[in-house]
Parts: sequence; C-alpha cells; structure tokens
Amino acid sequence: MMKAVPRRLRDYAPLGFPAAMLLCFFVVPFGIMIAISFYHRVQGGFYEPAFETANYERFLTAFFGGVLGFSLLLSGLVAAIAVTLAFPFTWLLVRQRRAVQVVWLVFLLSVLSLSEVIIGFAWSTLLSKTAGITNLLVALGVMDQAVSLSPSFGAVLVGMVYQAFPYTVLVLYPALSRLDPTLVEAARTLGASPLRAFFNVIVPGLRNTIVATLIMVFVFALGSYLLPQLLGRPQQWTLSVLITDQAIYQSNMPFASAMAVFLVLVSLGLVGLSLLAGRRENAQ
Amino acid sequence: MSGLVLDHLVKRYGPFTAVHDAELTIPHGRFVCLLGPSGCGKTTLLRMIAGLEAPTAGAIRLDGEDITGKPAHQRDFGMVFQSLALFPHLTVGENIAYPLRIRGKSKAEQRAEAERLLALVRLPGVADRPVSKLSGGQRQRVAIARALALSPRLFLLDEPLSALDAKLREAMQIELKQLQQRLGITTIVVTHDQREAMTMADLVVVMSAGRIHQAAPPVEVYRRPADAFVADFIGMTNLLKGDVAGPGRVTVGGGTLAVTDPTPASGAVILSVRPEDVSVRVEADAPNLLPGTVTFLRDLGATVEIRLDVAGQEVIAVTAPQDRPAVQAGDAVHVRFPAEAAVVLAS
Repeated sequence: MMKAVPRRLRDYAPLGFPAAMLLCFFVVPFGIMIAISFYHRVQGGFYEPAFETANYERFLTAFFGGVLGFSLLLSGLVAAIAVTLAFPFTWLLVRQRRAVQVVWLVFLLSVLSLSEVIIGFAWSTLLSKTAGITNLLVALGVMDQAVSLSPSFGAVLVGMVYQAFPYTVLVLYPALSRLDPTLVEAARTLGASPLRAFFNVIVPGLRNTIVATLIMVFVFALGSYLLPQLLGRPQQWTLSVLITDQAIYQSNMPFASAMAVFLVLVSLGLVGLSLLAGRRENAQ
Repeated sequence: MSGLVLDHLVKRYGPFTAVHDAELTIPHGRFVCLLGPSGCGKTTLLRMIAGLEAPTAGAIRLDGEDITGKPAHQRDFGMVFQSLALFPHLTVGENIAYPLRIRGKSKAEQRAEAERLLALVRLPGVADRPVSKLSGGQRQRVAIARALALSPRLFLLDEPLSALDAKLREAMQIELKQLQQRLGITTIVVTHDQREAMTMADLVVVMSAGRIHQAAPPVEVYRRPADAFVADFIGMTNLLKGDVAGPGRVTVGGGTLAVTDPTPASGAVILSVRPEDVSVRVEADAPNLLPGTVTFLRDLGATVEIRLDVAGQEVIAVTAPQDRPAVQAGDAVHVRFPAEAAVVLAS
C-alpha cells in the first residue's frame, strides 16, 4: 500500500472538522478549567482572576490524598471485577446462536439506558432492610433476620460494577466474536481441558483488548459521583463527589477545578503507564 | 480389533443429517483420505473422530477401546486445522511445545522436542520467531509439527493444504506422504481434491451427502468405482446409459458392446469408461465399436481431447498427440470402448 505524505495545507483539510470539535469541546473548556484552578476564590462571592497555587496546596493534604487514593482503588476494583465477570460472559455469549445473542445484547443495551440515579435508587432498595434481598434469604431460611446492606463499601462496588458491566461486554464483544474458535479446539486436541484452553489461549490472545477494556472501565468508574453518594457513607465518597460538592454546593470553583485537573492528570498518567507496560511486553 | 473402527456413526443437526450410518475400519499405519464435495460430511466425520463433535448414534473404537464419550483433550490425537489455528501470542517453538507444557514437561524438554519436530518438518532454526513472521508454507509445517508432538495415536488433518498455492500444495502432498511413511502413524486427511487424495492415500473414502460411497485403495477407486457418483467424482469419466442384452453384453443406443465386468441378469445399467480408454477410429477395423459424430476437438499440447455424440450421449476421448486420428468436427466416426475398460454400474 502507498502512503502519501501530506504536503500542502489543503492535504490536512480532512482533519479540520475533528480538530475543531476537539478544540471546542475539550481543549477550550479544559483550558478554562486550568486557568480557573489558579484563580482566587472570593469568600461569599465567586472568584477573581489571579495566579495562586493555594488551591493545589490545599489539595496536598492527607485528607484529599486519602480520597484520591480511595477513588483510584475503587475505580481499579470496579474495572477488575467488571472485566473478570464480563470476559467469560462475553466468551459464552459469542458462542450462542444469533437469536440468543441479539436478546442478550438488547437486554444489555436497555440496562445501559438506565440513568445513574435510577440504578442508585434501585440498588439502595434492593439492599435495604425493609424491602431488600435479605428478606428473600430470611424467607428461604438462610438468614435469621433481614439486615441493611446499604450504605456500605460493598453496596457502592455492586452498584458501580452493575453500571459498568454492559459497557464492558459491548467493548469486549467485537474482539471476542472475531476470535478464531478453532484456537480453542486446537488447544483441546493438544491436551488442554476447556478451562485450561480458555486461560492459555483466549485470555493471552486478547491481552491488549483486556488492557484497553480495563482502562476504559477504570476511567468510566472514576467519573461516577452519584452512586457513591446514594449507596455509600461519606468515607466512601470519591474525589468526583468532592469536586461536585465544591463546585455546586460550596461555590468554590477554583478549588473544584484544581481537583479536577489533578484527577485528569493522575488518570492520564495511569493510562499512559499501563499502555507503556503493554507495549514493552509486546516488543519482547 | 486393532486400529480405528467407526461403528454405525450418525450425526444429526436438528432435522439435517450430516453423517449417515458411517462404517469404516482403518488398520494401523494407514494413510486415509476422506474425499468428497463440500458439505458431504467429511469434516463432521473427522471432528467426531477428534472428539470435537459428539455423535448422535454409533460408536468409535480405537484398538478395542470405546472412545466415543472421551473428551478431545484425553484422546492423544494430533490435529491440523484448516485455519491452522496457531496460537498468535506464542512463538513457533512455544506453539510446538504447547502439548508438552500442558503435561508439565520441563523447559529443556519442551525446547528439545520443538527443535526435533522442526527438523522433522524441515524448518530448523525458527523456534524463536513469532508465528506472524512466517510464510504460509512455513506455518503449515509448524501446524504439522505441533500436531505431531508427543507422538499422537492418530494424526488428523482437515483440508490442511487448502490455503497454499497449487505448486506448493503438490510439494507438500508428497512431503506429507513421505513423513507419514517414515513415522508409520495412522493418518486421516479430509480433502475435496481428488488428485490430493490419489497422491497421498493408501485408502480413499469417497463421501457425498453424508454417506460413504466407497472405501478402497486409490487405483481401485479409479479403476473399479462402486457407483456412478464415485466414477464421476474421481477424475473424468464417460457414463453411458445402456441395457443388459445378455451375459457380458450391453446395448447402448443401436449397438451392442461386450464387457468383461459381470453384468446383472437384465435391466438398465451405466457403463463407466475413462476418456483415456476410449479411442476414435475412421474405419470400422476393431471390435466393440459404436457409431458416433465428432462435435468438438481440442489439442491441449500434451493430450488431444475429442468430444463425440454417441447415440445422443456425450462421450469424451483423450489420446496422445501421436495417436491422434485424422478427424475433425462434424465427421462420422467409430468409437471403440474396450471390453475390459468398461465398469458396469447400477443405474
């Protein structure tokens, strides 16, 4: 295949539209946010232009460090659980008949259409003492009395995994459905049990897809700010919750911006690191 | 009973029957080709032998042991897939050593076996290369080497050479046959190419529409086809419709031919005569002739092909250029069908 090197300005024209969109909806707002993060907050008012690093300094305390750590840990955990559940699920799904696959995909898409608020309230009901699933366990004789499972760390985790699962399946689906099914059969004729063939052939064969999906779910979970509030205690609130709190309820835009910028930088750094690790292993 | 026995094997997918009542006995050390047009059930039969499909009915026995319900990974068979199914994330050596890795052999043993097998398929020194860096023919050899690791009890190949170009395919057929003779391993190959089957097989199993038509050595399949399908599928043949006139005598159109093949007492039959056995004569100077008209003639260099109309049926005669009769399209000629060349088939 021949690759023409763009020479004149006109050759770059096809890039114009996406570049303009990116500029309008990402670079400019993010630039404004960076600028505001250095502004001075006016107590009781809004903010005024300035250049001070106080917002970032305030951020570098044990409290916010703890919240940042918790946010990253929670998102990482959500990504790991969602991919661990969705990968075998999708593998089984792509091997079903077409009609069965369509039913499942429509179901997953309808779960996707639910808003975060509905998912949050639905789970808080399901995990409640009065109407929750523990009542079912009591009726079955497994438990002695109904208990409240929410708010708790587990409840936040369940809600976020539930929300991320359909995305994860839809991202994994194309790669898994393209995978040559004879690879597993070959492994089986060579002496591998079905489970072993799955871990020896399918998982390593799709390593890059798995890493990309983990990153996507991780970033997706990092932005979640409603579910931790609906299903968690204040100590389970993520940085996204604090940003919302600062921006909307405390009217402290400069500090909210500083936290948002920091969160973006940290997550970009993590994504870059995992891509770098993936490339280094591929190069071997 | 030693060897592989397929005992009334049936495979149905809903209302569709992929394999009807297959019966076959394959002694040790044979090279068997399952031959037939696409969709004839040959791949399904191979997959049942490999344990990748469960038969609907019937049994598979190997050396007297019933292996019908045994999972694929416990059968110790080597299989080469049409797609080759080489693991893309492993190197050539790791691919070949995979069965050893599964069985917990040491790294050194894995390495040594990979090197030994690569030498066997004449592809030394590529153990550390990624599979993606190999050519089609090289991948083919790697897939064969991997299937032969740990000396499997059966060597199964599903259309193994279909991805190669014609020249390379011919070379690989010969090489595969030599490899099999050297190792003495019972081998079953699925193919739709009759030349490939004739080149490699000790036993050709001709299938169509889920049924086994004939299982015999290649020359016998060619010379003594069991029915009209086999005669037509294996190489070119002329199928002449006729009626039995008496013992060893068949009328075709207005004339009568003598045949040495046993004939039924009476009724309609089909005579199969290979084009190279049919000769065209200007004068009626030999026995067993039928009148005919030349419809088309072409000189292919190595052979001359003459198409004829004999009693309303198309007949093709092939001769060497030096034996070419002095005829052209439109000529009325005499067509000779030697008595010993005709095979009498049920109509």
